[in-house]
Amino acid sequence: MTAPLLKVENLRIELTTRDGVAPVIDDLSFELGAGESISFVGESGCGKSMTALGIMGLLPEKVGRVASGSINFAGEELSTATEKRMREIRGNDISMIFQEPMTSLNPVYTVGEQIAEVLRAHQNLSKAAAWASAIELLDAVRIPNAQRRVSDYPFQMSGGQRQRVMIAIALACKPKILIADEPTTALDVTIQAQIFDLLNDMKRQTGAAIIMITHDMGAVAEMAERMIVMYAGRNAEQGPVEQIIERPRHPYSKGLIACVPHIMATLTEERRELTEVAGIVPSLREFGKNRCLFASRCNMVTQKCLDKRPPEVAFEGQQMSACWHAEAV
Amino acid sequence: MASLQSLMMRILYAAILLIAVLVLNFSMMHMAPGDVADTISQSMGGADQELLDQIRADYGLDQPFLVQMGRYIGNVLQFDLGYSFFYNKPVTELILQRLPATLLLVFVAQILALFIGVILGVISARKPNGIASHFVTILALFGYSAPVFWTGILLLIGFSLKIQLFPVAGMRDVTIEGGFWVHFIDVARHMVLPVITLGSIFLALYSRLSRATMMEVLGSDYVRTAKAKGLTERQVVYKHALKNSLSPVITLAGLQFSAVISGAVLVEAVFSWPGLGTLAFQSIIARDTPTILGILFFSALVVIVGNLLTDLALRLVDPRVRSKG
Amino acid sequence: MSTNPLIPKDNVPIARHPAAEAWEMFRRNHAAMVALVVLSAIVLVAIFGPYIYPIDPFDMVWAPFSPPGVDGFILGTDYLGRDLLAAIIHGARVSILIGLAAALMSVFIGVTVGALAGFYRGWVEEVLMRITEFFQVLPTLLFSMVIVALFGASLPMITFAIGIVSWTAVARITRSEFLRIRELEYVTASRASGTKNSKLMFKVILPNALPPIIVQAALMVGSAILFEAGLSFLGLTDPNVVSWGQVIGSNRQYILDAGYTVTIPGIAIFVTVLAISLVGDGLNDALNPKLRQR
Repeated sequence: MTAPLLKVENLRIELTTRDGVAPVIDDLSFELGAGESISFVGESGCGKSMTALGIMGLLPEKVGRVASGSINFAGEELSTATEKRMREIRGNDISMIFQEPMTSLNPVYTVGEQIAEVLRAHQNLSKAAAWASAIELLDAVRIPNAQRRVSDYPFQMSGGQRQRVMIAIALACKPKILIADEPTTALDVTIQAQIFDLLNDMKRQTGAAIIMITHDMGAVAEMAERMIVMYAGRNAEQGPVEQIIERPRHPYSKGLIACVPHIMATLTEERRELTEVAGIVPSLREFGKNRCLFASRCNMVTQKCLDKRPPEVAFEGQQMSACWHAEAV
Repeated sequence: MASLQSLMMRILYAAILLIAVLVLNFSMMHMAPGDVADTISQSMGGADQELLDQIRADYGLDQPFLVQMGRYIGNVLQFDLGYSFFYNKPVTELILQRLPATLLLVFVAQILALFIGVILGVISARKPNGIASHFVTILALFGYSAPVFWTGILLLIGFSLKIQLFPVAGMRDVTIEGGFWVHFIDVARHMVLPVITLGSIFLALYSRLSRATMMEVLGSDYVRTAKAKGLTERQVVYKHALKNSLSPVITLAGLQFSAVISGAVLVEAVFSWPGLGTLAFQSIIARDTPTILGILFFSALVVIVGNLLTDLALRLVDPRVRSKG
Repeated sequence: MSTNPLIPKDNVPIARHPAAEAWEMFRRNHAAMVALVVLSAIVLVAIFGPYIYPIDPFDMVWAPFSPPGVDGFILGTDYLGRDLLAAIIHGARVSILIGLAAALMSVFIGVTVGALAGFYRGWVEEVLMRITEFFQVLPTLLFSMVIVALFGASLPMITFAIGIVSWTAVARITRSEFLRIRELEYVTASRASGTKNSKLMFKVILPNALPPIIVQAALMVGSAILFEAGLSFLGLTDPNVVSWGQVIGSNRQYILDAGYTVTIPGIAIFVTVLAISLVGDGLNDALNPKLRQR
């Protein structure tokens, strides 16, 4: 097996809050091969977005930092890379699209300018060439009448169209990794399906690996080959999507899956939020404690869970679960 | 096209506002005790009732209120603001003589305050605990609370009397001879203290707002997008963030024209700046009503034109304004 | 990033009287507390000062230009040999009185205009807002100067001249608050139960619109004091009454000989207005429900 494109090892990201320093990502390891697609799943507040921002080197200044561990991209260590080097990588080798298409585009520049800009930053294109590419890209993300709409401002476009523009910006430089942070959460259900289709198509065309962050098990099933279930900044379970859905080895994954009744059902169907797992994510103050953080919501909890953090147990088929009772789930 | 139409509407509306100013002007003149005839008779050293009636008839003061007002407005629309018996000159001529000095002071102070204010805002938004940010906070407190004429006098004592760095009064030194640049530098030297005095109030206002909006913009989603594109810090701040933070500051600046002119009146009084403010002050002491009202009209005109310019500036900065009109 | 759901919401508030809660918030703002003390002292001086220090500020009591502290005059004497301390103490009355009266007047006009515009909407709003814009176009100080010059420099006329040009901000704030609150459920409910318009406006909506109006009113007192100082600096003041701005105006020709005659009254204005604006900031923190929720 060739070396993975992205290899994250024992990553720990700390946020400074009023109550002190909390590890929002605690001992996370995973690998991503070229052209592969992987999903991070979990409720909001589980540290999924922090992982993405950590990889991009965009953690909130003075508040968040990579405390230990490594993020290795194609043989290069990113957690210690200079800001200059990170700028060369961002938008070029690794790019990202965000949850809120309504606010993620700059309101005072045309979408064409915003697409052309990333090309000019990384590929030294002339103004005219970058503009021509912007039109091609708009066409590629299936915005009708690209020639004319390239001069539109974001406020003249719908939410779905704006997310398409974001995808065009992200894929403009043919990145090796595309990180999509809840790319469809803010959109209508019908539009969601279109965006997923588009992302899948673009992935086939450009060969980019995709890291998809979501709280939506249906989206995972649609988009990813492997998944990482995160809970309170920790890896709860990891493995191939179908295998986990069929046989989860962590009570949290099991709960998440159980609350989507027809996981393979059509995407146009309204999917419910993952609130059905009773209880809430623990507060940041609880993060980093040496015990199972899911214990308070778990129906299988024993004294052991409260005394010591569970280790990651490997199962066949590269499935991995961090639960004391993984065998019994 | 829609945008052009809305611009025409604004200009029409501005014209209506100006007429309203004239109506107010005339009503006040009419309501105030004493009229032109009294003024003329005083300047002649008194007159009997017959002569007074004669003057009133000559000037149409015996006509009904509305007729007089109609004539006044008609005259103003032909740039005739009446005659100043104190200066022995048509008011329009008098004002046009003084207007450039005030415009120079007002616009230089506004533009500098806006420019420096935005820069200060950007710097202090990026470093909320830095020196620039503390300076903005202190300036905001001082700018709001210190009477502008007092600041002016303190600067005058400090930099014209104690250290004789700048001239004490006026706009130019009539004894100086030389080419354009010699005069340019001379006027510039005279302008330094008045501009600082007047500009500092508005600098306080703009830098504080600019800091607040810039901080908000720097935390926005599209700035995060710009960073995720791999743009440099400079591109992120000065291309993506700055243009978005400008609209509120420009809007505020547009609302300040009336306040700037009020400030200019006091600053001109302190530095004997030969503009409308000094003229207003002198004609009020001389009870020269036509001149006073002429000045009120012209300064309202300056405010209205300033508002129109602000509108245009906003259109340049924000495409959303451009399309809505 | 701004609202991090990870950060726990602690300090679950206990229901208390809103005024007590506001006072609690105000007390936490140290600058505002200091300013409140300073402001109270200035008000006390304005009320009782003239009785404790009964020297007439118009009397020529000593040689001109006697510097502060020399010859027993704490703040010295001015160009006519009048006691500067007496002028400061008596001037405090005029400044604060006019500041309060003018602010009161502009709040009255502003709230009336804003409430009618925000409540009735339609053509009423259109007309009233055009009038507001008209007053925003008139350069405030020049307009007041004209009023005082044409109709006489009595204290009531000066107050009127300041109030009539200062109400537009209050009107805009009141209107936008009314526009917001009139759509809220309890107003709709009250309307549905047949409450009369006047009661709806002043008993139901206005009390809820008050916080930003109170803050603005506090700031208006400060700007009215500055305004009065400007007018009296230009000599547009009642010649029989001493005021801080007037002391500066009448002494400004002698700044080279006696800078203190200008500096000291200026400090009095500065400190008073600064104190008012800091108290206004404190009120803003205390009354702004958005801040309180954070």
